[in-house]
Amino acid sequence: MTNYLDFEKPLAEIEGKAEELRALARQNEEMDVEAEAAALDKKADELLRELYRTLTPWRKCQVARHPERPHCKDYIDALFTEYTPLAGDRNFADDHAVMGGLARFNDRPVVVIGHEKGNDTKSRIERNFGMARPEGYRKAIRLMELADKFGLPIVTLVDTPGAYPGKGAEERGQSEAIARSTEKCLQVGVPIVSVIIGEGGSGGAVAFATANKVAMLENSVYSVISPEGCASILWKDAEKMREAAEALRLTADDLKGLGVVDRIISEPMGGAHRDRATTVANVGTAIEAMLQDLSKKKGDRLVAERRKKFLDMGSKGLAA
Amino acid sequence: MNWISNYVRPRINSIFSRREVPENLWKKCDECGTMLFHRELSENLNVCTSCGHHMALTPRARFEALFDGGVFVEVDVPEPVTDPLHFKDQKKYPDRMKSAQKNTGEKESMLVAEGEIGRTPIIAAGQDFSFMGGSMGMYVGNAIIAAAERAVELKRPLILFSAAGGARMQEGILSLMQMPRTTVAVQMLKEAGLPYIVVLTHPTTGGVTASYAMLGDVQIAEPNALICFAGPRVIEQTIREKLPEGFQRAEYLLDHGMLDRVTPRGDMRDELITIVRMLMGQSPAIKGDLPAPAPQTAPAEEAAKE
Ligand SMILES: [Zn+2]
Repeated sequence: MTNYLDFEKPLAEIEGKAEELRALARQNEEMDVEAEAAALDKKADELLRELYRTLTPWRKCQVARHPERPHCKDYIDALFTEYTPLAGDRNFADDHAVMGGLARFNDRPVVVIGHEKGNDTKSRIERNFGMARPEGYRKAIRLMELADKFGLPIVTLVDTPGAYPGKGAEERGQSEAIARSTEKCLQVGVPIVSVIIGEGGSGGAVAFATANKVAMLENSVYSVISPEGCASILWKDAEKMREAAEALRLTADDLKGLGVVDRIISEPMGGAHRDRATTVANVGTAIEAMLQDLSKKKGDRLVAERRKKFLDMGSKGLAA
Repeated sequence: MNWISNYVRPRINSIFSRREVPENLWKKCDECGTMLFHRELSENLNVCTSCGHHMALTPRARFEALFDGGVFVEVDVPEPVTDPLHFKDQKKYPDRMKSAQKNTGEKESMLVAEGEIGRTPIIAAGQDFSFMGGSMGMYVGNAIIAAAERAVELKRPLILFSAAGGARMQEGILSLMQMPRTTVAVQMLKEAGLPYIVVLTHPTTGGVTASYAMLGDVQIAEPNALICFAGPRVIEQTIREKLPEGFQRAEYLLDHGMLDRVTPRGDMRDELITIVRMLMGQSPAIKGDLPAPAPQTAPAEEAAKE
């Protein structure tokens, strides 16, 4: 059963009708509904194309947050071998909102780190909906240091609504943990490649996405604040999220135009959640290409180029 | 050469205009309600003379009190692209900028200056909460990079006074990108072996706290300053419980190991001099060999002659 987004309601109706017809036909052998059902399929397909051809920024936010969108764990399972999770910040706890460890990507050993949102009620709670606490960032710092020490490239998968706004998280230095994680990203003498696979939520995303190369799935979003948060501050009305999403320029196209993102990874028609296998494969291809681009560069050069990339960022605005 | 003769020339910007506050103005302390004589308050660095409450202080006023003789030279900050996203909410971003500039008399929300404190050469950067909540956009990033580069060039420490509601939403992702950009600036200082001292003032929140404001070699806060990543209201909405007394205030952070010191504004200058001189391997500051801070007349007269 598909989990439809609110703007997909008309699509849900058509696909529902086709389904109903076919269900009726299964119970009643004399009925021949296939022609009618096929016509509905065609209509649904056209509608899907139409909807996704013109996705507004707010709709992209909804697609980026779709519960069936492939998450960090799906990519690790499908694209990496010998994944060996490494846990804990050696200080306080292991944060399950952040996955990470050693793995092989197309046979080469790497360190992989990402936010994991979970895929059902139980795992979502365990993963804290992908909202990391300081321990998550400190675990990531530790893993980046490991990668740096042994010369392993780092792959980060970004998918978080933001760092967790909680009492303990603040008491244990959420700000400092994020700042140090970003700092570590800038220091390591190994390639870092990052993919925004869903939501790139503010500082919690930057802490992993300060990379040599940043790719972004077509319908992912990456923003300084959620559209709802921005709307409630600037419009004094959280319901103005559509306007805020528009103004924030959080889509892959805009971010590529601003030089924040290096590469856009295309999604199957109807979004990543409609064809997870193809999406995962596309991400794999992009990671391989980015790693190959960086593979011959020495540590000093990687650090220098990464710095320069961020120092230069924003020197041009968006074209009018 | 007399140390003061080095100084006299570029003063003009710092001394005038802002001090001309009508003497009959009173301000009510928002903490204890005492009516305070404006002049008395500004002479006490905007700290309530009755209860010690630290009110906002603009970087310009702060620098006038911080630098020897109130004398400093502004460091140029490269101008970023105006309104890079063509951002429009209920107001246009350039209109918001214009009204902030008009209200504050400042160009942007950060001021960078070079000068001496207790005859110790430093670079200082101050964030201005009265300018669009001190928010961090491209300009603030450029300012911190310029400050770090100048510090490296002159081999001086950088002292940064933070105050911000966070990132500047009107610059969208580019405001977020100031987190890594300013972190690069901090790294330049570290690699040059130069001290980077952060003084956190009320309030310092969001992406500012989660980048350059938490990466100092020494982290000092002003009393009762709110310092956080997520604000208390957001947290209350998330966890649906009342937060403890003093939560996210400077003293609370000190208790939780997140700061080195909490220092009242009146003691800050001496403390900064002491710390910086030790970190720079300089001899102890000789107290009392200087003209009292803010000898307004001498540099002003000099300037007038030119
Ligand atoms: Zn008071």
